[in-house]
Amino acid sequence: MAEPLVSVRGLKVHFPIHGGLLRRRVGVVKAVDGVSFDVQPGETLGLVGESGCGKSTTAHAVLRLLDLTEGSIRIEGTEIGRMPQAALRPLRPRMQMVFGDPRASLDPRMTVEAIIREPLDEQTRLAAREKRERVAELMDAVGLPRGIGPRLPQALSDEQRQRIGIARALALGPGLVVCDEPVAALDRSVQARVANLLEDLQAKRGLAYLFISRDLSMVRHIASRVAVMHLGRIVELQGRERLDADPLHPYTRALLSAASEPDPVAARARQRIALRGDAPSPADPPRGCNFCTRCPEAMPVCREIDPATREVAPGRWVACHLHDPAILVRPDARPTVVILKGPGFNPAPPSHLQGA
Amino acid sequence: MPEGTPNVLEVRNLRTVFRTRAGSFHAVNDVSFTLKAGEILGVVGESGSGKSVLAMSLLGLLPSPPAEVSGGPVLFEGQDLLRLDPEALRSMRGGRIGFVVQDRMTALNPVLTLGFQIVEPLRLHLGLTRRQARARAAELMAQVGIPDAHRRLDDYPHQVSGDLRQRVLFAIALACDPTVLIADEPTAALDVTIQAEIHDLMQELRQTLGIAVLWITQDPGVVAGLADRVIVMHGGQVVEHAPVDALFADPRHPYTQALLASVPKARVERVRRLAVMEGQPPVLRTPPDVCTFRDRCPHAYDVCHRLNPQRYPVGEGHDAACFLSDPGLAPQRPQLEVVDG
Repeated sequence: MAEPLVSVRGLKVHFPIHGGLLRRRVGVVKAVDGVSFDVQPGETLGLVGESGCGKSTTAHAVLRLLDLTEGSIRIEGTEIGRMPQAALRPLRPRMQMVFGDPRASLDPRMTVEAIIREPLDEQTRLAAREKRERVAELMDAVGLPRGIGPRLPQALSDEQRQRIGIARALALGPGLVVCDEPVAALDRSVQARVANLLEDLQAKRGLAYLFISRDLSMVRHIASRVAVMHLGRIVELQGRERLDADPLHPYTRALLSAASEPDPVAARARQRIALRGDAPSPADPPRGCNFCTRCPEAMPVCREIDPATREVAPGRWVACHLHDPAILVRPDARPTVVILKGPGFNPAPPSHLQGA
Repeated sequence: MPEGTPNVLEVRNLRTVFRTRAGSFHAVNDVSFTLKAGEILGVVGESGSGKSVLAMSLLGLLPSPPAEVSGGPVLFEGQDLLRLDPEALRSMRGGRIGFVVQDRMTALNPVLTLGFQIVEPLRLHLGLTRRQARARAAELMAQVGIPDAHRRLDDYPHQVSGDLRQRVLFAIALACDPTVLIADEPTAALDVTIQAEIHDLMQELRQTLGIAVLWITQDPGVVAGLADRVIVMHGGQVVEHAPVDALFADPRHPYTQALLASVPKARVERVRRLAVMEGQPPVLRTPPDVCTFRDRCPHAYDVCHRLNPQRYPVGEGHDAACFLSDPGLAPQRPQLEVVDG
């Protein structure tokens, strides 16, 4: 496979909890706790999970909007995990972000033109006329009428505002665009328009997206590969079709069974897998697998040992004891689940993805 | 629903106009529908199609002025809600008619405990004593799936998660054994697993308690899994009304077709592009006298720009407000192409 555009290994972002009279550190929230993935040039990697699972923290960390606790991030071959912010600045044009809330992510006092021009002002030495031309091109590219350039974002619809956010992200010609719930705040009918726009722009400009969403049906539509996150970990990562046809992790199966299904016959026919209780707190994750408290298929071993991420078939990664042959032969494990088929099954995971 | 199930709510020709300094805005235009006992009726449409204003109008929650609710009657238990005096309507709301509002983050009072906010309607509407009300509140919380209900009674809203707040809102709405529950996008901002749980809870409640539910949403995926019948709104009008299976199997109004096609489907071959519908629902400064969908409609022809279609029956319990469904116009109609996602 070609050199990945982004390569994330063992990413951890922990936030300290301060408490007590002296504001001492009393604990730590493991928002992201050992996440590894690649994004290839021109592809869309979907990152899906429930609120609080660490997907936005991952997004922010990949662009170094947050400092890492541990791990490595390489973008176009450059390690940026420990780079100081000043050194990151010249790299920023290649990595941009589209934010989720189109009301909060645009400065209400800047005109549409000024918002889209701001990256050019900051990062280029173009003449005013060239910038104006570039802004007009960008507005055309995202389907904004040029006439709204002098207006303020508050006068516009959410859809137009989100298009402004996309134009701003594209202004400097990025290779990677991190989209943090870019359509969640929009109407269903508008979501479709913005999703199509993102796909068109990707095709024209060869963008790679890290597409973050809680909506599995939208992620499955837009992403070529999907990573499923639960409580700071990626529990499963594989291509969209395989994920659909043969989800490996019990959490993915539960998510799929709950996904919105715009077909009443199919909606009635499906068996929903109910998860017990709330997701555990990332400040106090359970022992063993962090999904064991909610997992309908949990085995005794799941409460003891944290499963490592394994590549059970080429390009199909899962962190679950149900897919670990060494665990399944143990007498106390349930021997009934044997899903380890797939060609090229490889029991030895590459060293960089072995559990911590 | 079996034949002969009584109507618990009957809405006839409801109209809501906002008269402001900037002019009149016709938000709800001649909406008629019925809600049967134990039935879940989905109301679906984009933001701005008049769904929420419809709910608020039924409950008399719109400030007047600027809102002007007319038409009717809105029959509930033999009384016309539109002509009830404010005091009587007040005793109806939160009592016989439960209401779950859209925004769970602001709907609860932050300085009162969850328990107090559930107890309040019980004491007000049912006249229970403090002790009885508290016991009933814990029961209700357990009923809507809140674990450890007794302990939760003394929590404040900020101490609990968003989905728990949503469940508390359901508990409040269900407190006084309502006959009708009106729910305005109660699950829109929740995770899918929680959404599915709340939908299951709704199914269970309507079976055990026989509640009729008006469920407002902009997501066709939600009505597919939940509703028995659906009304589709556009421009403050009902443009299509059908049993849920018929609506999804054979949508007749071009708006319904476009709305359904814009949602990515779960279990079928991925479409390369989502079908899109251009434009937004119209803002109506005058009562609609031509089709409100004409400018967004791929099939619009001359008559659509002259007249506003009535609701033509197209199947059993299925009608569509579209000239494509008017049998009298069949000869002059242009050739139809099928719009499908």
